[in-house]
Amino acid sequence: MFVEVCKMGVLERITGPVVVGDKMRGARMYDVVRVGTERLVGEVIRLKGDKAIIQVYEDTSGLRPGEEVENTGMPLSVELGPGMLKAIYDGVQRPLEIMHSTSGNFIRRGIEASALDRKKKWEFKPAVKKGQEVGPGDVLGTVKETAAFEHRIMAPFGTEGKVTHIEEGKFTIDEIVCTISGKKKHDVKLAHKWNVRKPRPVAEKLFPEIPLVTGQRILDTFYPIAKGGTACIPGPFGSGKTVTQQSLAKWSDAKVVVYVGCGERGNEMCEVLTEFPELVDPRSGKPLMERTVLIANTSNMPVAAREASVYTGMTIAEYFRDMGYDVALMADSTSRWAEAMREIGGRLEEMPGEEGYPAYLGRRLAEFYERAGRVVCLGSDKRNGSVSVIGAVSPPGGDISEPVSQNTLRVTKVFWALDASLAHRRHFPAIHWLRSYSLYNASLANWFTNNIGSDYMELRERALALLQKEAELQEIVQLVGPDALPEKERAVLLVSRMIREDFLQQSAYHEVDGFASMKKQYLMLKTILKFHERMSMAVDSGIQLKRFSDLPVIHEIARMKEIKEEDSEKGIGSIMKNVDEQFNAIK
Amino acid sequence: MGIKEYKTVTEVAGPLLFVENVGNVAYNELVEITLPSGEKTKGQVLDTSKGKAVIQIFGATAGLDAHETSVRFLGETIKLGVSEEMLGRVFTGLGEPRDNGPPIVGEQRLDVNGGSINPYSRQKPSDFVQTGISAIDCMNTLVRGQKLPIFSGSGLPHNDIAVQIARQAKVLGSSENFAVVFAAMGITHEEAGFFMRDFEKTGALGRAVLFLNLANDPSVERLITPRMALTTAEYLAFEKDMHVLVILTDMTNYCEALREVASAREEIPGRRGYPGYMYTDLASIYERAGCIKGKKGTITQFSILSMPGDDITHPIPDLTGYITEGQIVVSRELHRKGIYPPIDVLPCLSRLMNLGIGKGKTREDHRGVADQLYAAYAEGRDLRALSAVVGEEALTPTDKKYLKFADSFEKEFIAQGKYEDRSIETTLETGWRLLSALPETELKRIKKEFIEKYGKKYRKE
Repeated sequence: MFVEVCKMGVLERITGPVVVGDKMRGARMYDVVRVGTERLVGEVIRLKGDKAIIQVYEDTSGLRPGEEVENTGMPLSVELGPGMLKAIYDGVQRPLEIMHSTSGNFIRRGIEASALDRKKKWEFKPAVKKGQEVGPGDVLGTVKETAAFEHRIMAPFGTEGKVTHIEEGKFTIDEIVCTISGKKKHDVKLAHKWNVRKPRPVAEKLFPEIPLVTGQRILDTFYPIAKGGTACIPGPFGSGKTVTQQSLAKWSDAKVVVYVGCGERGNEMCEVLTEFPELVDPRSGKPLMERTVLIANTSNMPVAAREASVYTGMTIAEYFRDMGYDVALMADSTSRWAEAMREIGGRLEEMPGEEGYPAYLGRRLAEFYERAGRVVCLGSDKRNGSVSVIGAVSPPGGDISEPVSQNTLRVTKVFWALDASLAHRRHFPAIHWLRSYSLYNASLANWFTNNIGSDYMELRERALALLQKEAELQEIVQLVGPDALPEKERAVLLVSRMIREDFLQQSAYHEVDGFASMKKQYLMLKTILKFHERMSMAVDSGIQLKRFSDLPVIHEIARMKEIKEEDSEKGIGSIMKNVDEQFNAIK
Repeated sequence: MGIKEYKTVTEVAGPLLFVENVGNVAYNELVEITLPSGEKTKGQVLDTSKGKAVIQIFGATAGLDAHETSVRFLGETIKLGVSEEMLGRVFTGLGEPRDNGPPIVGEQRLDVNGGSINPYSRQKPSDFVQTGISAIDCMNTLVRGQKLPIFSGSGLPHNDIAVQIARQAKVLGSSENFAVVFAAMGITHEEAGFFMRDFEKTGALGRAVLFLNLANDPSVERLITPRMALTTAEYLAFEKDMHVLVILTDMTNYCEALREVASAREEIPGRRGYPGYMYTDLASIYERAGCIKGKKGTITQFSILSMPGDDITHPIPDLTGYITEGQIVVSRELHRKGIYPPIDVLPCLSRLMNLGIGKGKTREDHRGVADQLYAAYAEGRDLRALSAVVGEEALTPTDKKYLKFADSFEKEFIAQGKYEDRSIETTLETGWRLLSALPETELKRIKKEFIEKYGKKYRKE
């Protein structure tokens, strides 16, 4: 390794979170340095002769020129191993829970805290035998991290050879559990470090063809995201970005969820922290917290650490993916990350691009989203894993023509358009049904047809067509009033209102409505469209609209979402029957 | 290292002072500057490199020169001596007594920049605060520990709303220690007088700490004023177990001062000339609110900002809205209609509302009633626009009911007296009464059982 290059430099200039160190020969880009007598954590972001420009992850008040700068010679890394689930970290993977107990309620500077518990002993079960040939990514053994989660210990990248030593038993993360001897001898421990800015290698990237089921009707039915896909949620403040992100974190069918609170509110992270341990994962039956890793770099925490936080989150997500799991990464909000880049860029006096953002904004965003994907992991068992990324974007004034939204839209495949006017009328999730899109519809069609219903895609298209028609009709209504429309078109207005209010609207806080399975979504939509079918037939046969505009079944449809998951087949089935019966009765 | 005095000023530009040949000074260090006239003012180091420093001056720069002016570096960042004695006192924007009282002997000297609260140490806010204003209590409930700004415009009665809240806000069934910390940034003498008179009248002054930076005080001082106030608030809340209500007004003036300093430093401007780091900077103020595990006291923050040109997308309200936990929006249209408080509930939001309402806190039907009122009022407002085009006759009977609902909602629910302290019960009952004008089948947002329990009695059929 290269740890020997430890060098001492001298602090030359301090202007906020960016400082200049002199006599830093030997420093490399992105090396981590410790700045000043308080040993604040920083990272080299530019080199100029012997001078290094450093972004500091902590408040730089009180630093003086002449203080020393120590180069650790290591890039900014995260420590990966058992003990990450349930944890809450800051942007550079310092555990906030430990910091709370060592330094109190306010974050002090220069604290060093190990990301993983170094004392805890984990029960390691080998999966390979002595003498077996292994390659990079092969599962050497497992650790039961939580009751529902098996943490796989993999052979590190670059190792190849025979297992010469492997032991079952209880180990801390610093003890050697396995030795692999090939050209070189490798001692494998339960944990290792990885440079956050370097994507972890995979064997092959796959095509996304399985949906990430989120339990949110507008998302799953209309604009689904694939496992390994990317989505963005841009919207003005108060339109429900965070609530949507949190719903996704709660209900997505991912094995692990990494939630990055990047430059957002402290109380929101606190809410996740208190709420998630109480919520139960509908799939495993265990508290949601047991599958969650939280990264919290709130808006008042140092800006440079905010810049690092998304990479920290992504690297942790990739690590779980490499074990062969489906991982969902929520980044809330990527605009704050971009602003951190802008702030640092401004301090470096870089020539700004659009709206003061650095010219490399687009590239950085693209690189980040490109780390998502469904992959064949390294290792001889060719297991699959995925990282799906959902990034919130906070465009100033809600206007998505700004650079962060635009650059994000260029790389993400799903766009969930949040709409302030929907939020104002408390239509939640305030995702606009016409402006949003998903490019995964085609690749997921097979899965939906095979697993949910053969007419699923058709239902979906019919519903969207109705909503589209409604938007056109609304324009006419604006001019001449609803009475001027022919009966058939007023029927469209009636049923599209039904789709909007009784299907798309979903309360994140409702005990039943918060999550809807694919099956329930399918049945609900089918019922509404059946109603439309019968209504059109009736209108065609000359029956007046007002004769069935207050059928009792309409109210049953409105309460469909409150039917419990386990009763949904029966409950919605009987509503469907009622539709037929009540229309048959009108003659 | 003793405190040295330097007379090596090389340049004065706006609120900035460039000094050379100094020892190694610390970033953010406090500086005392003596003008040729003997007058003293304070400043802070913004940029430091070997032998050179850039100082941001808080006082007026008139009379500064490059030869006689002397600079002393005080060896520490800006600190404020805090104690309980501060209650009932008035200070300048920099924390010096303004009321001819004795100086404060600090129990502790605290860095005004504070630290960031560890998210893990935060306690989820959960106590409902009854402000007595229906538009807030029912529709955008305030919770203790929340930061909720009032977005207003010039000429609108935001100050009346703020004092009404300060006067009436209480947690039901508790009589705990409370305090008000008031920070004025660049407001007029008259406005400051309005707040002080009202505090005096209601007897709140004895429980209040005031930091006043008025319109004619140096603008750069405004950057420190809210930090002084919040440092005091943190001390009172987390050391002295008080429930502190912090009122910051007007944040727009604060942001203007931030822009002034940024442009003097020739920084690359962001949107509308405001610096790119304004979000981070505002966050370092707004985030200093909340509850902490194991501490009895809390900080609730009300900041007032006037939206330039009533534009909610202007960078100041925009960035604020992204940090605070909701917003109360004051509308000129309602104000013109003579409705007080002219709160336009549609763009308003309280993100922590769910934590403070429901069974055991307010009432089980609260969420549903609020959602239903929202949906119905939004519908009514849309129809109002529609009927302006096609005429009321073209509307369906249900639509007409919505239209009427919107009017009575504004007149009977939103509007109330400046001294009217409505209980949450009264507010919710008013809501039910107004909703009874709509067909029951339209009430999709409320659980059936609640309609039976609370709504039936207002229905005539």
